Amino acid sequence: MFRRRPEARPAPRDRLVDVYVAGAVVRVPEGASAAAAVLLSGAPAIRTTPVSGAPRLPYCMIGICFDCLAEIDGVANRQACLVPVAPGMRIEPQQGPRAARPHHNAPEAA
Amino acid sequence: MSYDLAIVGAGPAGMAAAIEATALGLSVTVLDEQAAPGGQVFRAVESASGDPALAGEFLDAGGALTASFRGVTTIAYRPSSTLWHLAPDTGALSVKAGGASSELAARRVLLATGAQERPVPIPGWTLPGVMSAGAAQILLKTAGAVPQGAVVIAGQGPLCWLLAVQLLRAGVGPLTLLETGAGGALWDAFRAGGLWTGRRLLGKGVALVREAKRRGLQVVRGVRDLRAEGDAHVQAVHWHGGSLPCDTLLLHEGVIPSTHITRALGLDHDWDARQLCWRPRLDPWGATSHPNVAVAGDGGGIGGWEAAVASGRLAAIDAAHRLGKLDAAARDARAAAPRISLRSALSLRPFLDRLYAPAPTVLAPADDTIVCRCEEITGGQIREAARLGATGPNQVKAFLRAGMGPCQGRMCGTVVAGLIAEIRGASMEEVGALRPRAPFKPMTVGELAREPQDAAA
Ligand SMILES: Cc1cc2nc3c(=O)[nH]c(=O)nc-3n(C[C@H](O)[C@H](O)[C@H](O)COP(=O)(O)OP(=O)(O)OC[C@H]3O[C@@H](n4cnc5c(N)ncnc54)[C@H](O)[C@@H]3O)c2cc1C
Ligand code: FES
Repeated sequence: MFRRRPEARPAPRDRLVDVYVAGAVVRVPEGASAAAAVLLSGAPAIRTTPVSGAPRLPYCMIGICFDCLAEIDGVANRQACLVPVAPGMRIEPQQGPRAARPHHNAPEAA
Repeated sequence: MSYDLAIVGAGPAGMAAAIEATALGLSVTVLDEQAAPGGQVFRAVESASGDPALAGEFLDAGGALTASFRGVTTIAYRPSSTLWHLAPDTGALSVKAGGASSELAARRVLLATGAQERPVPIPGWTLPGVMSAGAAQILLKTAGAVPQGAVVIAGQGPLCWLLAVQLLRAGVGPLTLLETGAGGALWDAFRAGGLWTGRRLLGKGVALVREAKRRGLQVVRGVRDLRAEGDAHVQAVHWHGGSLPCDTLLLHEGVIPSTHITRALGLDHDWDARQLCWRPRLDPWGATSHPNVAVAGDGGGIGGWEAAVASGRLAAIDAAHRLGKLDAAARDARAAAPRISLRSALSLRPFLDRLYAPAPTVLAPADDTIVCRCEEITGGQIREAARLGATGPNQVKAFLRAGMGPCQGRMCGTVVAGLIAEIRGASMEEVGALRPRAPFKPMTVGELAREPQDAAA
């Protein structure tokens, strides 16, 4: 679990945004990602895997590993580490097979 | 919109290239997936500016470069914009931003998309609480956030020491570094040379090690056979001859070029046997095997941010020459200064590459280790596929789905190839690399549907 350091980054310089992770409110600095919100919330997992149902949390934070796939504001399979938080954002963990394989839904580009 | 030069990535390479190209009279657009300039190394530098844990090069050099970039208001900078397709022959870039997709056109494209950390497949690395060292650093840069409880950094490379110092300054503890370097690597590394030319950079490294120790970093050297254990979350890290309880385990074995886009474009690549990674084949200006596409920065081979700045400037100068703004003599004269700084920035590389060469198990892990995180495929399954006749990662993908998950092989590609090379006694060149396809990033139906009709508006 991660914690903020308000002593080093005092408000109002660091503006805080309230978002919801699995329904619980979390206060996150503006400019941070939805994946950061999940790690700050202490949620045990952001998704479970389609194959074995194992829990996962973000691994790389730069858009490489896709372990942060979550449902954000009703849209599934978003890379939470690349989505900046916005006031009132709702981040829901994805369970097993719902963590579909997005590539296979996307039409092949020309 | 149409430009002389489209630059993908607003890290040090992309920012420096944009500044230089604009000064040489080119019309330039820069797009970056992130909401602010800086790249990975200077991520969120503008908003992190008061954080004492990040004092030093990050705030000073990163802040200055980012301010110069912002200062050139003629650069058409597009934050929060992801390149998902590129047609190099026509110079058409497909970009997703704000939930829709649009097209840009450019006479020349510079890919400055940077590096990724080398995946470190050890047993248990998929457990919550295990992440890459760079990920923890991104959390510190972007949110001022640090891990709570006992933290272990395991692996090797300059970033381990930098992160250790930054976390200790931020009040993290207890903090332990499990260094995986092989014994004797130091002498081998000394023989690689470059120490005198690279003495300024070496001095930076020595200062970091001193500060880390002064701040109470515990260091265990010669660590091998790492394993993360826990029930639904990491609880302990084990290695040959020791173990420690931990709440967060941060893995790092250096960085490798992000070649996803360059491979998808079918550009020529070479296996770099020293840095143990694929890199696009580049000329001294960063030009690739496609006449309209260049690469600058760590995406063309790992050199660090100072090399990225120099290579970005060189690629911009070359673009100006190719597009008729500079004759060959003026190009060469303008390139003299960045060539000198590139040489100086790269002087320590041979030393660092030897010193921090990853152990063979990083490229070819044990049978029980998950290699493909997306589809949960182990080293043993990949070895079996290789024994059954899979000659390269593209065949393994067909056999096992490894590389077919959402990450498209960004995490497992090199390791899958390493395992096949081991079983078949083949070289990495013979085994080859995964050939990813566009879209470079998954697109939702909505994003595609909302594509503006007037693509070149
Ligand atoms: C997680 C991480 C942390 C690091 N931390 C340090 C550090 O603290 N100190 C250090 O010296 N080195 C660090 N490095 C090494 C780093 O690679 C270089 O120092 C430096 O960042 C390289 O600069 P660059 O301009 O080549 O690429 P980067 O700085 O990586 O910039 C690349 C940019 O391209 C953008 N991009 C990538 N793909 C796309 C796309 N498809 N569409 C749009 N934009 C895209 C990214 O958002 C990024 O901003 C780190 C590397 C990583 C991966
Ligand atoms: S945490 Fe790796 S892609 Fe988001």
